Amino acid sequence: MGDLIWILVSAAVVNNFTLAMFLGLCPFLGVSGKVDTALRMGAANIFVMVLTALAVWVLNTFILPFAPYLRIIAFIIVIASLVQIVEMAIKKLSPALFRALGIYLPLITTNCAILGLAIFSTNRGYGLLEGLFFAVGGGIGLTIALVLMASMRETLELADVPDFSKNMGLVLILAGALSLAFMGFAGLFSSAA
Amino acid sequence: MSPARKPPPSQELIKGIWRENPVLVQLLGLCPALAVTNSVANSLAMSAAVLFVLLGSSLLVSMVKRIVPGDVRISTYILIIATFVTIADMVLEATVPLVHKELGAFVALIVVNCIILGRQEAFASKNSVGRSLLDAIGMSIGFTLTLTLMGAVREVLGNGTFLGHPVFGPSYEPWVIMILPPGGFLTLGCILLVFSWLKRRGEARAKTTPAVAGTVVREAA
Amino acid sequence: MTGPAPAPPAVPKSASALRLIGTLGGFGALAGLLIVAAFTATQPRIRANKAAALAAAIGEVLGAPDRYDTLYVSGDALSRDLPTGQTAETAEAVYLGWRDSLPIGYAVVASGSGFQDNIKLLIGYDPATSRLIGMTVLESKETPGLGDKIYKDTTFGAQFSQVTAPLVGVKTGQGTGRPNELVMITGATISSRAVIKAINTTLERVGPLLLAHQKELPQ
Repeated sequence: MGDLIWILVSAAVVNNFTLAMFLGLCPFLGVSGKVDTALRMGAANIFVMVLTALAVWVLNTFILPFAPYLRIIAFIIVIASLVQIVEMAIKKLSPALFRALGIYLPLITTNCAILGLAIFSTNRGYGLLEGLFFAVGGGIGLTIALVLMASMRETLELADVPDFSKNMGLVLILAGALSLAFMGFAGLFSSAA
Repeated sequence: MSPARKPPPSQELIKGIWRENPVLVQLLGLCPALAVTNSVANSLAMSAAVLFVLLGSSLLVSMVKRIVPGDVRISTYILIIATFVTIADMVLEATVPLVHKELGAFVALIVVNCIILGRQEAFASKNSVGRSLLDAIGMSIGFTLTLTLMGAVREVLGNGTFLGHPVFGPSYEPWVIMILPPGGFLTLGCILLVFSWLKRRGEARAKTTPAVAGTVVREAA
Repeated sequence: MTGPAPAPPAVPKSASALRLIGTLGGFGALAGLLIVAAFTATQPRIRANKAAALAAAIGEVLGAPDRYDTLYVSGDALSRDLPTGQTAETAEAVYLGWRDSLPIGYAVVASGSGFQDNIKLLIGYDPATSRLIGMTVLESKETPGLGDKIYKDTTFGAQFSQVTAPLVGVKTGQGTGRPNELVMITGATISSRAVIKAINTTLERVGPLLLAHQKELPQ
């Protein structure tokens, strides 16, 4: 169990999906200065990630051993289909949520965090439980990064910075500072023995 | 649909380098730009992989654009891109295993790199094979230049080497943060700031000088 | 009197389901063909690279053997066959090195969590004397300039040909001269401890199997 907790915490803070592993940067940098939207985006991502982890385990265990070269194609097809299904399900079950998420849902398909999750999970040889914990941890990490960046950008809107810097450049430098801060989490689980 | 509206072919090649640089202007493909630029060798390898995938995909998509029904075009493009990415991944693993290990999952992540899919959707599916090829080459060159610049800055400052060869003397204390994740963000951020400042200065200068003939026509997306 | 009916507006017809499936299927087949071709072309080279890397690592930790046997951990014994239900990639392997027809030691993979992420090592081990023969780092993402000294610091690495297991880490200058003491890297004690812990836990588990196997070898 300790190993599983390490996988989750590692993916969430120590090796944060966005700030350390550079996955999910499109929503991270594109997110508006609204913490609310960021939370919803993060939640949608966690949901899709968990489903993806499940699907990846099924693929890796039963289908891909026969055709390992089809890995990338199989993953992307599964992810695209999953997102499509999730979108249809949300549309039917909760139109309000669907309206709130709007454009973000289809964008999850090209979100490198989902495919990145699938590939990292496979490369590290994670089983079902490990993959699920990895997905949840990664999703939480992504959400934390999104929410932090959104709240920082809310303040950035009102900041008194030179005109030419009012673009992605400043956001990236902020992200760098955030990434630096998260480096402090390294060594969180190291044993004292 | 007047052909006269299209810019000259050389423009398709050049636009990807500066004016429509995929990373600096369109802000696409940032994941690899930050993740694998901790050394020049890695940047070059990633650029080579992207060049291969972009060229191959643009070529194929432009050749088959008439027979692909609109409803499934995105799925088809993704299928084509995934094929080339798989091939690139395998070739890299066979020829340069150490570099392939450093690039890790990011070769496979080229599949969801918005640059590739973006170029198919915006250009290759609507233009001739020749123009699509030029567009792909131009974008790849722009991508390569940007990544190499980032890789150079990060490796020289963060490791004291360029392509593995020491640049400074042995007493140089490397600025280690540059080859770690925060360094990636900071480097790209600074490059974007400089780029934006240069652009502003260029625009301000253009405003004060009379309009020059041959100002480029903005290509409709 | 109306003239001929105006031509219906040119509405792009949504392609029939058959055409959609046909297109996707066709491209799928093409994709499959290309990938299989690339696969058959690159696989031999990839396998050769992996074998060469493994051989180099084993050579480094066992002191240049002539050849090595691959054995798999199967339950609580070593065997030459893959354990049921596992492949060459998933099974845990140890490597027995030979020189001049004599066994010179086992190479074992040890892994554990380091400062930043997991560390993977290959160690050379002689069960009869509980002595380590060598150590090389296979995978590490430790902090450059600090933790990465576990593979860059030659003094640290050189210790692994003299110590006995189980290892005990000591800080520089605090050693008492016992054979199982390993001097940790100043400024990288956590990464050093991770290395020690990985080796100790693995040898605790696999050591008895190696000892039992070694006893059965022709001397």
